[in-house]
Amino acid sequence: MRGSLTHEFSGPTDPIADVHWDHEHAHSRKGFFTDTSICIGCKACEVACKEWNRNPQDGDLQLLDSSYDNTGSLGANTWRHVAFIEQSQDRIEQARESGRALVSLGMPQVGPPAARAGAPVTSAPGTSAPGAGSGGGCGGSCGCASGADPAAEAHAGSQSGCGSCGTGSGRVTEAQAMSAIDAAMAGQSDLDVAPPDTPEFRWLMSSDVCKHCTHAGCLDVCPTGALFRTEFGTVVVQADVCNGCGTCVAGCPFGVIERRDDGTISPPDGHAEKPKVDQEIPNPRTANKCTLCYDRLVEGQTPACAQTCPTTSIKFGDHDDMVSKAHARVEQLHAQGMSEARLYGANDNDGVGGTGSVFLLLDEPEVYGLPPDPHVPTRDLPTMFKRAGIAAAGMLAASAVAFLGGRR
Amino acid sequence: MANSDCIVIQGSNMAECHPVGFQWVSEAKARGAKVIHIDPRFTRTTAVADKHVPIRAGTDIVLLGALINYAITNELWFKEYVSAYTNAPMIINEKFKDTEDLEGLFSGFDSETGAYDMATWAYEMEDDGTSQAGGERGQGDGSADEGDAEGHGASSGESHGSGGPPIGSGRPKRDETLQHPRSVFQILKRHYARYTPQLVEETCGISPADFEYLAKTITENSNRDRTTCFAYAVGWTQHSQGAQFIRTAAILQLLLGNMGRPGGGIMALRGHATIQGSTDIPTLFNLLPGYLPMPKVGTHDTFQQWVDAVGTKEQKGFWADADVYAVNLLKAWWGDAATKDNDWAFDYLPRLSGAHGTYQTAMGMLRDEVDGYFLLGQNPAVGSANGRMQRMAMSHLKWLVVRDFSLIESATWWKDGPEIETGELVTEDIDTEVFFLPAANHTEKAGSFTQTQRMVQWRHQAVKPPEDARSELQFMFELGVKIREKLAGSTDWRDRPLLDLTWDYPVDEEGDPDPVSVLAEINGRFESGPDAGKPLSSYTQMKADGSTSGGCWIYTGVYADGVNQAARRVPGKDQDEIASQWAWAWPANRRILYNRASADPEGRPWSERKKLIWWDAEAGKWTGPDVPDFPADRAPGAQPEPGAGGPAALAGDDPFIMQADGKGWLFAPNGMVDGPLPTHYEPPESHVGNPLYAQQNSPSRVMFAREDNLYAPGAGEPGGDVYPYVFTTYRLTEHHTAGGMSRTLPYLSELQPEMFCEISPELAELTGVEPYGWATIVSPRAAIEVRALVTERMKPLKVRGRTVHQIGLPYHWGVGSEAVVSGDSANDLLGLVLDPNTQIQEAKSNACAMVPGRRPRGPELLDMIDKYRSEAGITLATGHTRITVPDEQSGTLPPGVDPSAGESFHWPSAGAAEAEEEEAAVEHEAQAAQDARTGASGAQPDGGPNGKSPHGTGTAGHETSEED
Repeated sequence: MRGSLTHEFSGPTDPIADVHWDHEHAHSRKGFFTDTSICIGCKACEVACKEWNRNPQDGDLQLLDSSYDNTGSLGANTWRHVAFIEQSQDRIEQARESGRALVSLGMPQVGPPAARAGAPVTSAPGTSAPGAGSGGGCGGSCGCASGADPAAEAHAGSQSGCGSCGTGSGRVTEAQAMSAIDAAMAGQSDLDVAPPDTPEFRWLMSSDVCKHCTHAGCLDVCPTGALFRTEFGTVVVQADVCNGCGTCVAGCPFGVIERRDDGTISPPDGHAEKPKVDQEIPNPRTANKCTLCYDRLVEGQTPACAQTCPTTSIKFGDHDDMVSKAHARVEQLHAQGMSEARLYGANDNDGVGGTGSVFLLLDEPEVYGLPPDPHVPTRDLPTMFKRAGIAAAGMLAASAVAFLGGRR
Repeated sequence: MANSDCIVIQGSNMAECHPVGFQWVSEAKARGAKVIHIDPRFTRTTAVADKHVPIRAGTDIVLLGALINYAITNELWFKEYVSAYTNAPMIINEKFKDTEDLEGLFSGFDSETGAYDMATWAYEMEDDGTSQAGGERGQGDGSADEGDAEGHGASSGESHGSGGPPIGSGRPKRDETLQHPRSVFQILKRHYARYTPQLVEETCGISPADFEYLAKTITENSNRDRTTCFAYAVGWTQHSQGAQFIRTAAILQLLLGNMGRPGGGIMALRGHATIQGSTDIPTLFNLLPGYLPMPKVGTHDTFQQWVDAVGTKEQKGFWADADVYAVNLLKAWWGDAATKDNDWAFDYLPRLSGAHGTYQTAMGMLRDEVDGYFLLGQNPAVGSANGRMQRMAMSHLKWLVVRDFSLIESATWWKDGPEIETGELVTEDIDTEVFFLPAANHTEKAGSFTQTQRMVQWRHQAVKPPEDARSELQFMFELGVKIREKLAGSTDWRDRPLLDLTWDYPVDEEGDPDPVSVLAEINGRFESGPDAGKPLSSYTQMKADGSTSGGCWIYTGVYADGVNQAARRVPGKDQDEIASQWAWAWPANRRILYNRASADPEGRPWSERKKLIWWDAEAGKWTGPDVPDFPADRAPGAQPEPGAGGPAALAGDDPFIMQADGKGWLFAPNGMVDGPLPTHYEPPESHVGNPLYAQQNSPSRVMFAREDNLYAPGAGEPGGDVYPYVFTTYRLTEHHTAGGMSRTLPYLSELQPEMFCEISPELAELTGVEPYGWATIVSPRAAIEVRALVTERMKPLKVRGRTVHQIGLPYHWGVGSEAVVSGDSANDLLGLVLDPNTQIQEAKSNACAMVPGRRPRGPELLDMIDKYRSEAGITLATGHTRITVPDEQSGTLPPGVDPSAGESFHWPSAGAAEAEEEEAAVEHEAQAAQDARTGASGAQPDGGPNGKSPHGTGTAGHETSEED
């Protein structure tokens, strides 16, 4: 019994099988791979998502004071959100350092920081090789997002992997990754593999979306059964079942799901006479989030955001395929000297069992407003049950002692 | 572009403004290409580029000229290509004088008219030939254009279509060694000798290291094995020298051998749906379909004069058949009424009496010369430069028809426009009757889009238009039917052109004409003979005897075999990379123009990696995955018979088949009205002195010295520091031009809800403007308020000891109450100074002041604008000095302007505006001359893989700044 609980509430698993979809209906698990290194910030994903899902406008029609981002965050009405982050050289250098630390697992490096910054990444395989098996065990290649994070390492110790990268699970072994890099570099010998000079400035853009976690906090805590695991392994709210209790909002480690209000839009300051936008608010007072376009998937179509993305920054497909594409891409970027590249959500040993939507980031997750070490609240259920059981037993014992003692 | 090894994006914010097309840049990058973005701002394009090179707006010729100099000095130009395919060996006649000799003017300048006589730029001919430059047949027809006081000098700009201007008869003299001092190559070399990295640093604000990176990357990626591509948009065209910016890039690309080859060329990015189509089958005043020029009063009085001006039977290339294209157009329009006896109804065509661009038309309204105005898909109250002039002009109309999806600002200025607030207009006093007619959008009607790469793609109707909304086709068709009904039975000869039109399109049950029938008419058909009624499959089937008709010769083939070729959608995975079965590209479904240049003079590909078409000696024809852009059986070594004309006169190594000499033009012996070689002048309101010449600004620019078009003092004039900053306008991904299709939609409005400016932290500190706080920006024309986006993406540049602060302003917002979001319009700040080739306004480099806080409301706003003008001492003459070469100092002011008029201008009181309109107008009496468009110069910008129309640059200007 306990083993079954552990299996379902944390760690690697097949979420479709876990909910007993029969063979006739089950599909392969679907997901996104969002490669932020080629995002141009056009926000077509946001618009296509809103159009397809008929989500209401939710901005207050004022600048958010956040570069070109006037959306802010994911929410009940916004299921894709493009973040814009302006960074100067210092921060870029830090991102490279932290990425390099992920790759090399903090092995001592030769030379002053400036020299290291300019050193070709060809040294990475050499320096990282001794690191194999140390720490969380993710090895050198994946560039996982939280491996270098002490807190994450602590979690990694209590769980079975390093943090979030996924290589610890053996999906891509270090040796495979190294040989892939070598192959890449051998095959592209005319390519400039020296790391580019650190630019003075960069502008990161990243399209965020519901993670469709392997262990979904929102689903696990839903008291009405409104949330369910689909035959594609995604997590979807049934608006006609949801009673709007909001329990799921606290259950999501990413702050994705939200309860939809009545959609009233307040006019911006100084434009008091602005007409209120007349719009229909579907499913008011229920929880809402990305469905990974469930209604399109059942028709064999691609989700609206991935369909519209002009640069293929948003890729859609079988989850396994997305994860291996993500690994291949991060290796390619490392080979080009972009040590700041790392994956997010591609480690099925992380706190949510890996995510259905994986990301390639160019800085630490916090920079994009993503939690560095997300974990599903139910992950701790077995421990909690155990502790509660011990406590209950203790109390029973104490009571018994008290009564017994009272008799005396 | 996917085949490029290096992509230079300059004068364009491609990722933001052409995100779908940008996928090919992404693809090239994934294949290993370097992407360099040269732009005043760090934009979303820069974010995914390998390198950003910030540049001072308006100095692109210096940078590109220095690249030309770099390639020549370091022997990095493509010698075999240049010798064989360009006019580098041609000898220019000895009367030619360069700007280097004349302190910034070329020979032939007339300081009275501000126009050039191009005769001295012409080739020197062998034996008995005559040079033609500036001659009577040029569409510009030179001095024949008496510009009237309002800039009515004709825009000869794009009227050459894909053909170059005539060069006269005979063979130009050549020096194959390129050593002759008057050879084009040597002239070019001397002209750009002073364009050094040092000049780039002190003019553009670009460091020598950045220049070195740029020069190395481009030249290393331009050779037999590799190609470099340039991409531009209105960041090049919207300058008073816009066409010359593009010419400079064309020269560079020819020198590096990048034209007509896969991954090479110059991409003229068109801003929105079918802007390319609207130049092919134009909405421009001076063009007819297929780049035939509008005939002009006085010079094109007969059919023969007209077609000879386009191309004579004696000249080389496909423009020699201009008469064929013209007859087919007239037959398509007037059918049986067009006969040989009446010169194919040539007299039914209106004649141009001068320039009738959008700005000249607005000025005509202010003079009460225009009664009515149709606005279809245009929002000039927001999208046109000098927005106040546009709105004031519309208040003079008797009637105004606005066809749009929603009540755009051009439909509501009479009740809530900025001039109502300031009191300059009073609703009750406006006599204009405004009609609003709902329009069907692109999903509600079928038709075609012609995009950047000349590709005609069909779109189908997805849903019926709501309520009273109609397609443009139906609207125009019914309007024609109604007018013809009213004129029925008229015996007035003036009504014949309308009554004789072929106006017989089949309609559906809703009364909507079948757009395929229009496509068939454009394609053309046999009118008589055994195939009568059948569609033509190629323009080479066209005859000048009335037996065929076709509405736009370059589109012939789009309806070949009676099949809508534009609707083909064979997926990319089912065909090769050329994808010739996806839609249809004009001409003849060719994907890369001038692709003869992709092979060497002997007909072999320059390299295996870059092969496209080649000569198959056994079969005796050109072959390859693309459609050869050359006579299919013309052998590489072929020489024309003496006396041959037209396509038959093309030698086997004349790849630029529309040019009168078959070569790409490094030097334009005719056609560019403002000079045969691009040369740097400062933008009109620049604070920086021209480092090259005493001549500060382009002497040929079109100016309008009017009280509603005042200019800031430039370098050397007192008062320039009152407007110390440079502003440049642009678009955002989230909005569509003047906002009619985006600010009315909640999903788009919420993504960019408020008008803002982008400024550097340094400028914010200097002016006291707070991040995301309000700021007011003042130009001599207007003052607007914006939120301030303070960002390191904007960098001050050091130029000649001066720190230049540039301010970025998106122009999508307008003042009104109907849209979801509104705001002040950046275009109100702009004045009108136009490129003489294209009539496009200078919108990318203008002077302004900036202060923290919101702007005053009501009449106080006018006081504020006036205060700045007074402080700067602005008069009508300010900024309108044509010649600043020392020895010509006298007589430089425009006629009618008193040079001693030191008194600054004061805003007219409300209601008095009308009386003020008769100021002196300086006009560019465009000596027009020939074509202006970039293509005229041989180095057509269309050489790219997705090569663009020859007239790429043209459209934008003619319309408005909202277009591109």
